[in-house]
Amino acid sequence: MCLAVPAQIIEISGSRARVSLAGNVREADLSLLEQATVGDWVLVHAGFALEKLSPEDAEETLNLMMQLQGDGGEEP
Amino acid sequence: MVDERIVLAHGGGGALTRELVEGIIVPTLGGVPEALPDAAPIPGADELAFTTDSFVVKPLFFRGGDIGSLSVHGTVNDLAVSGAEPLALSMSLILEEGLDIALLRRVLESAAEAAQAAGVRIITGDTKVVAHGEADQLFITTAGVGRRRIQISPRGLREGDRVLINGPIADHGIAVMSERQGIQFETQVRSDSASVWPFVRALIDGGIEIHGMRDPTRGGLAACCAELANDSGVTIQLEESALPIRPEVRGACEMLGLDPLNVANEGKVVAFVPASHAAKALDILKAIAGGERAAIIGRVTARRSVAACLKTRFGGERVVEMPYGEDLPRIC
Amino acid sequence: MRNLDPEPLIERVNRAARDIGRHVRIMEVCGTHTHAIGRGGLRAIMPPNVELVSGPGCPVCVTSQCDVERMLLLAKQPGLVTCTFGDMIRVPGVTSNLERERSEGADVRIVYSPIDALELAKRETDREVVFLAVGFETTSPGVASVVLQAHQQGMDNFSLYVSHKLVLPAMEAVLSGGSRIDAFLTPGHVSVIIGAEAYDPLALKYSVPCVVTGFEPSDVLEGIAMALEYLDEGEIGSFVQYTRAIKPGGNRCAWDTLMRAFDVADGEWRGLGVIPGSALALKPAFSKFDSIERYHLPEVEAVELPGCRCGEVLKGLLHPPECPLFGNRCTPRTPIGPCMVSSEGSCAARYKYG
Repeated sequence: MCLAVPAQIIEISGSRARVSLAGNVREADLSLLEQATVGDWVLVHAGFALEKLSPEDAEETLNLMMQLQGDGGEEP
Repeated sequence: MVDERIVLAHGGGGALTRELVEGIIVPTLGGVPEALPDAAPIPGADELAFTTDSFVVKPLFFRGGDIGSLSVHGTVNDLAVSGAEPLALSMSLILEEGLDIALLRRVLESAAEAAQAAGVRIITGDTKVVAHGEADQLFITTAGVGRRRIQISPRGLREGDRVLINGPIADHGIAVMSERQGIQFETQVRSDSASVWPFVRALIDGGIEIHGMRDPTRGGLAACCAELANDSGVTIQLEESALPIRPEVRGACEMLGLDPLNVANEGKVVAFVPASHAAKALDILKAIAGGERAAIIGRVTARRSVAACLKTRFGGERVVEMPYGEDLPRIC
Repeated sequence: MRNLDPEPLIERVNRAARDIGRHVRIMEVCGTHTHAIGRGGLRAIMPPNVELVSGPGCPVCVTSQCDVERMLLLAKQPGLVTCTFGDMIRVPGVTSNLERERSEGADVRIVYSPIDALELAKRETDREVVFLAVGFETTSPGVASVVLQAHQQGMDNFSLYVSHKLVLPAMEAVLSGGSRIDAFLTPGHVSVIIGAEAYDPLALKYSVPCVVTGFEPSDVLEGIAMALEYLDEGEIGSFVQYTRAIKPGGNRCAWDTLMRAFDVADGEWRGLGVIPGSALALKPAFSKFDSIERYHLPEVEAVELPGCRCGEVLKGLLHPPECPLFGNRCTPRTPIGPCMVSSEGSCAARYKYG
């Protein structure tokens, strides 16, 4: 019940926003936040932004997420 | 709970599909339900390989492909990973009453283009129309014939073999899912739908000894490895840090709670070669257009209690399971 | 930026485990943590004196039998569109599940967000749409917001089946049930909403350190290391590993939104029975969005599941193989209780990883 990812707000329209994670863009609802601006990083769960993240904190989460990337084959 | 009805997961390429095929379909049709290959030798003419496939993808058009090009690539790839040079395809169409003919034309043009690029001809086909509501726009069924270049045993994996793949995983599944009602999101991810014959041909021409090959379509890399390991009585151990995945694809999987190992690919070939051939095989794959991110992603070991596993970046290990068959977005 | 590289973290866990010496049981109460532990293969690299126990952390799997049967009744209603998170689709009822109902013609649609269900109801005005609202405090504020939006927009073809649960009462039930738990990894995203301070009373009452932990495997390793260190130093209280996302006091706005739409109520947990104050119910002002009222859903008696010991497993009192049903009548393909229903529940995890 805790699957949430950082995403950056790229557009706001009323209480809805378009948010981007690694180039994937989806709508998120901002009603649970006091305030948000384009460019802010937010934590998104089931289509809702739950909290704002500092860019450094968002980057840390993204780095951890992408840590599981394959960057090369094992030695043959 | 006994399955008395077909559920969507039966078509997912995972455990349920396997049960249906091996438990009911193949035995009832008089076949032996073991180590089923992607393409089969034709009795009495076993220099030829024969395969069949159906295409029901929705939406019909997606980033990086469409049902037309997909139907060509999927069929050609079944032949290629069986070690056969694809020669010709049949294409049968089931059309829903009311389908826009301009749309049909686009699909067929795409199929024709894909066939030409893949060096195969579509030589025969069939067309049926059903009433509105009896088919979802358009289904395509194909059959393919190829000329066997090498013999690959369906039980050929050997301890010590290395596992290679020609590029990043999960592109196709994410591209298609991104357009699914209720889940849709905008993305740059494109399906990897393509013929893998250039990769296979290069490996064969390069003298690589190939113990096994498969195209990891529905059910993803997980289903592919679990099946092949079971067929050969070995265990396949994948290296998490070696798996090529695009960051956009990783991000989409994290967002939806999907495991990239379970997500479909349509332009990938997984090859199992002896350790002594692995470095050369990797160079060969990387030299083919589209193979820049080819990688050695694991090895075959003696059979353990699990068919397939993944060594994690933390030095731990987890089981790579045959997926159930329907990969769905989660909140948990 | 903090160093969350695996190797130093593993060394830190090993060092802390050596320092503490004795056998330690750390419980996580979040299905996503169980998943992260499985995904990272972390069980295999734990020091021998550190035992990771999975608690009642999967809100989907602890959905009561009555709730599941009523959800299936809804799905069977002709003309009704049932929207659900993917997690629910194979949760077993007595004879069926949502997947089976869909195969028999029910209009069951997987959605990513309750907003999708609301938008569907706005688009298909001639259909009635119900959303199966499950989840802990991470999910319920969003659902509350959707209820408020539906109310404000005067929607009359949309309703919810409410099966939301709260984490703290479940933790209390575990600790008061006699299980020896030395420390908790508390759910990072639930805590984004309720704040780390929410666990202070429980931590002090039962003398357990609680560490709010994130969900990458590196986060879990750091959380375990911190839990061991606090235990060794005798430090009691609620601490934060997941500093990236936790703000003091949690998200007040989200909590207020939740409390505008819902009241706290008693909840029935599959395998655990009734836990007081552990669930949410729609406030009377929003009863028109309650599908139980709207469709007159009957109370459904729970069916005895003879031999099912999930309650004890969920509380950390029993190991999965000690349950008589484990591995024979109860498997991931034919799950009986929540511990096997969840793909990463205690029993499912044990079945897979051995």
